[in-house]
Amino acid sequence: MGVLIAFFLFPLAAFAVTPGEMLADPALEARARAITMELRCLVCQNQSIDDSDASLAKDLRGLVREKLKEGMSDAQVREYIHSRYGDFVLLRPPVKPDTALLWSAPLIALLAGAAAVWMAARRRSGFAAAPAKALSEEERARLKALGVSDPDKPTS
Amino acid sequence: MIVETGHYALVLALALALAQFAIPFIGARLHDAALMRVARPAAITQFLLVALAYGALTYAHVVSDFSLVNVIENSHSLKPFIYKISGVWGNHEGSILLWVLVLSLCGALIAIFSNAMSDRLRADALAIQGLLGAAFLLFILLTSNPFARVALAPWEGRDLNPILQDPGLAIHPPLLYLGYVGFSIVFSFAAAALIGGRIDAAWARIIRPWTLFAWIALTLGIAMGSYWAYYTLGWGGFWFWDPVENASLMPWIAGTALLHSAAVMEKREALKVWTIFLSILAFSLSLLGTFLVRSGVLTSVHAFASDPDRGVFILAILVFFIGGALALFALRAGALPVGGVFAPISREGALVLNNLLLSACCATVVVGTLYPLALEALTGEKISVGAPFFNTVLIPIALPLALLMPIGQMLSWKRGDLLAALQRLRVAFVVGVVAAAAFGAWYGTPFLSIIAAGIAIYLVIGGLSDLIIRARGGSGRASFKRLAGLPLSAFGTSIAHAGMGLTLLGLAATGWGVESIVAMKPLSFYDVGPYQIGIESVSPRQGPNYSEVYAVMAVRKDGATIATIEPAKRFYQARRMERSEAGIITIGLGQVYAAIGESHEEGTVDARLYWKPLVTLIWIGALIMAFGGALSLADRRLRIGVARRAAAPALEPAE
Repeated sequence: MGVLIAFFLFPLAAFAVTPGEMLADPALEARARAITMELRCLVCQNQSIDDSDASLAKDLRGLVREKLKEGMSDAQVREYIHSRYGDFVLLRPPVKPDTALLWSAPLIALLAGAAAVWMAARRRSGFAAAPAKALSEEERARLKALGVSDPDKPTS
Repeated sequence: MIVETGHYALVLALALALAQFAIPFIGARLHDAALMRVARPAAITQFLLVALAYGALTYAHVVSDFSLVNVIENSHSLKPFIYKISGVWGNHEGSILLWVLVLSLCGALIAIFSNAMSDRLRADALAIQGLLGAAFLLFILLTSNPFARVALAPWEGRDLNPILQDPGLAIHPPLLYLGYVGFSIVFSFAAAALIGGRIDAAWARIIRPWTLFAWIALTLGIAMGSYWAYYTLGWGGFWFWDPVENASLMPWIAGTALLHSAAVMEKREALKVWTIFLSILAFSLSLLGTFLVRSGVLTSVHAFASDPDRGVFILAILVFFIGGALALFALRAGALPVGGVFAPISREGALVLNNLLLSACCATVVVGTLYPLALEALTGEKISVGAPFFNTVLIPIALPLALLMPIGQMLSWKRGDLLAALQRLRVAFVVGVVAAAAFGAWYGTPFLSIIAAGIAIYLVIGGLSDLIIRARGGSGRASFKRLAGLPLSAFGTSIAHAGMGLTLLGLAATGWGVESIVAMKPLSFYDVGPYQIGIESVSPRQGPNYSEVYAVMAVRKDGATIATIEPAKRFYQARRMERSEAGIITIGLGQVYAAIGESHEEGTVDARLYWKPLVTLIWIGALIMAFGGALSLADRRLRIGVARRAAAPALEPAE
């Protein structure tokens, strides 16, 4: 993993935000950092502009800070960058028809899984009514040889 | 000559892998013991041949044989010896060869440690393993030949990517591959069981040690890689939700789910279909990861489309094996008899819920990783799915899962008592809440860190309470005897869960880290959390194949210097690349971390300084998880053919 990252992603050791770029006002700077951490460096692989030392990332960091200084709100700055660079620049993909499946994936997985569990449980209880076929002596002996406790024996 | 021998050994290994598939497989169909017996020596010899090829490539790297393309592109005569060895797998061809080496090692391991199973199951499993080996050997020989020569050998090589010249790299990929590819064993046994049609508790007992083995290696591999990224990449991040990282996380989550469902199957004969499915899934995700990383599809969908040889080949392997296994699964799984019955509130029920949540996490990572690729391929639209997405959607699933872990441990098989289980955990609850309050008072916000830290402490105490409760009662000596008599796998579970808790605590504590980005003046000290850091000197230094500028920084607390660190900025001449070398000192469980950037004329040095409280717990927790896994692996009941100790059943939890 880490290694593999390195194969493709980090041709240069990154230094990212430099002291010279930072805003004097700590509150404003903190807002700038929070915004730039969620913006993608467009020429890098999956790095935020906050982490990247590519010159484009540096320009974008400057732009975000400039707009904040002009008095834009966080949302306005994000919208401004988004409108100029498209969805690709947002590390948190926007919710829209094209990404509906992405954002709902965890919920769909949970619901589908729950449905599968429920169906399996129903099948199981249906079968449970019929007594299970007992193990043959031979099977019992083999299990014992393997060191498995006899499944027919109560466990407590 | 040695190089050609290695190349030839690979070709032989391919022929043998095909024989390892065909002969035992036919033997199993004809019930011919002699044909089936071919499997074991074939698997062992295939491993020896691939090892020979691997040794030959290593030799070429060590002696800097610049008549090999692979050595020219990834080595340099001045490169330190250890990186000449690790550089073998620090490139595409070599890392695929390592992959095949581990794959054939898995085959050899099955061949050696498979006495207690039917001849047919062993023959079929080794046949599948042989087929896998053949597919990847063909891939190497046709698209990724590491032994390709050039007509005119240059005097010097182009050196290994500097970022890979690190001791962490020496350990990380082999461990990762042992885990990744280790799941092939479970895959082969699942396919063999489906082919043979017999799937029972004995089968689960066979695959559990292999699952554990792969899981332990993958846990260590991921932890190692993450720590390596942490200290190499220069800004203290340790997980980036990068597709390449997700590629290793997906099989880990599936493997974790498998570990738990196989336990249910072994004990109670339940969840058979699901366990088989997970066995196929874990390795399928390893294959998917290999495709993502090795095909170039991640760099760009277009790059993949314009030079598709390797990608299409791996894709074909992937489709063949995953598709084949799933088709087999669809054909045979329906016919499997339903296993043990259990009430919803029981150990089994808790493990089903565990599997449900883990599967949801796994599906989310898979979808999040593949979605941008699929969307771009289908509509041409480019989106980014980064850390903010994964953190937002996974934390709400992962935290409840953490809450459930100790509860599951406390429930008994078949039918459990939730109220009693919660009562046994009351100490853990109380300590968790108190700990959360204490962390909140000490470190403050973010709120999420406080909650996660509380859950983490509850997880540690809850995980260990199981042992304490099972040992408690009577005199101290009787308790100790009872504790010592508990099966090792009970210790394994408790310790692994506690390790997860520690990792979670380390992750929670990232929210309390302190960062300071400053242009440091010489001899002035800068506050970073409870410490002050100042530069004492900045000087150049020459390394074997790089030059560097390093700063000596003093770390002070209350005016007294407690440590010095030496962050550096390195320049590798051969590739004309820079790399930062972080200065790190561990204080308690936390770390002070410093990285330097540009030096300016007026004498200041750009620096990033961090105080990361409890950060080492992230990796210590992972080590403890792996240790817990190793304890379970050492449990004699898991070793096939060894009869269970007579005393063990009496120590099961009372209902």
